[in-house]
Amino acid sequence: MSSPAYNFAYLDEQTKRMVRRALLKAIAIPGYQVPFASREMPMPYGWGTGGVQVTAAIIGPADVLKVIDQGSDDTTNAVSIRKFFVKTAGVAATTATEDATIIQTRHRIPERALGEHQVLVYQVPIPEPLRFLEPRETETRRMHALAEYGLMHVKLYEDIAKFGHIATAYDYPVKVNDRYVMDPSPTPKFDNPKMDNCAAIQLFGAGTEKRIYAIPPYTKVVSLDFEDHPFVPYRFNAPCELCGSEDSYLDEIVTDDKGGRMFVCSDSDYCEGRQAAGHTGSLISAPYKERAARG
Amino acid sequence: MANQNLRENDEPLLIADDLSKSFGKIIACQDVSFKLYPGEILAIVGESGSGKSTLLQILSGQQSSGQGRVSYRMRDGVTRDLSTLGEAERRFLFRTDWGYVHQDPAQGLRMAVSAGANVGERLMAVGWNHYGRIRAAASSWLERVEIDVARIDDTPRTYSGGMRQRLQIARNLVTQPRLVFMDEPTGGLDVSVQARLLDVLRNLVRELHLAVVIVTHDLAVARLLSDRLLVMKGGQVIETGLTDQVLDDPAEHYTQLLVSSILSP
Repeated sequence: MSSPAYNFAYLDEQTKRMVRRALLKAIAIPGYQVPFASREMPMPYGWGTGGVQVTAAIIGPADVLKVIDQGSDDTTNAVSIRKFFVKTAGVAATTATEDATIIQTRHRIPERALGEHQVLVYQVPIPEPLRFLEPRETETRRMHALAEYGLMHVKLYEDIAKFGHIATAYDYPVKVNDRYVMDPSPTPKFDNPKMDNCAAIQLFGAGTEKRIYAIPPYTKVVSLDFEDHPFVPYRFNAPCELCGSEDSYLDEIVTDDKGGRMFVCSDSDYCEGRQAAGHTGSLISAPYKERAARG
Repeated sequence: MANQNLRENDEPLLIADDLSKSFGKIIACQDVSFKLYPGEILAIVGESGSGKSTLLQILSGQQSSGQGRVSYRMRDGVTRDLSTLGEAERRFLFRTDWGYVHQDPAQGLRMAVSAGANVGERLMAVGWNHYGRIRAAASSWLERVEIDVARIDDTPRTYSGGMRQRLQIARNLVTQPRLVFMDEPTGGLDVSVQARLLDVLRNLVRELHLAVVIVTHDLAVARLLSDRLLVMKGGQVIETGLTDQVLDDPAEHYTQLLVSSILSP
């Protein structure tokens, strides 16, 4: 049986035009949530359908795609979305950050600084930063329109009152271009400073909530905070045990049921790159070495 | 300076001019006019369905009037028709220079966030950006409305009805408004709690020189708090005057009925 004939990158051309119009508007008004007619995709909601539609709308035959999930190129979500585009668009895929022209991401921004030739596409579950404090959509839209953002600080205030510091570790609200308060999707707040004045275009797609927003290149992105409780990016205080990196964002991996754990870079490409360049961590028996030793 | 204060107090803060509103055939209020001066407390009394709450909503700009207009003297001294204000200006006015105390505190408070954040929200909305100062302001306001400062990090869900109402008042007064609207602030509270709330209110209102429009069906509340009284029936103001005068010597038949219907223990 012949395989079904897809249009290039799965979506039909009219749909792509609709998404592109939303994208252009989003770039013109940094941080503003543009409604769009999100389509049913051949994967469940919550698996990055918003990001996939954005990528499908901007991808061309010459593009090189990288997909990461929690910083890693080889988790289920990343693998299936990469395969999806390789199959429906026939584009080249890569895991190397510097080779990619489009990087679709869930939960992380690559450690390596992005360049002007690159586009970062975020998968967003809940685009509205005010949602958990103000459930009414009509009201939150009005608050955005009138730039009434006092409520956002209420959330941070609650954090300090409860925990003594701003305990929000991901989804940390930012103000874009001194105007719109924006939800940076569930990236760790460690990544927030990378959004500021970034050379790459940053596009955000929320499939379930049917919203697209964007940060154009070299745009000011400020994490909200209090004067006496300034924004602090959080990172485990340890080097990566595989590559020894002291400044990358780390995943904590539980290794046994006796409290054993290790910290490794969440950005797998960055970590492998460093190891290939000869950097080593403290871990003598990394899993793959163990396997090699056993022969 | 004293002279200027005097002049300030001479000019009305809020002017209602010929307000009418009907919902289909039902007339909610008709030809209501009055002037409210700074520091003055005006009570609107009447039975349920007499149009009190609708009038309050029109005055506070939450509902448009069918006819007539409401003017307010802004902080810069210019008296402006509320219907000409943009939405941003109106909302700004609402959360800085005005307060609105709901009968049900759950409507006026954020029940899921702590008392401190509830009081601090208006401050953060006008650009306060220092946690320590916001918290200090919230603490001092909790003290003023007689809530134990140790409860500052508890949500209003854990508060009693009277405490919630006092918290709502603190939340409204933190930006030092000049005008506060109150819709049955003592409704649903038992008598001893009512007495305490009224006590707190009376002190704050005098101390802060607040102008208040208070809607109530409870003449005792009106007697205790207000300077002037507006008696409504069927959407019309049937009697108006100094509170003591109206209550001690009611002229209209309906007002006489209202006054005589109070049970004294």
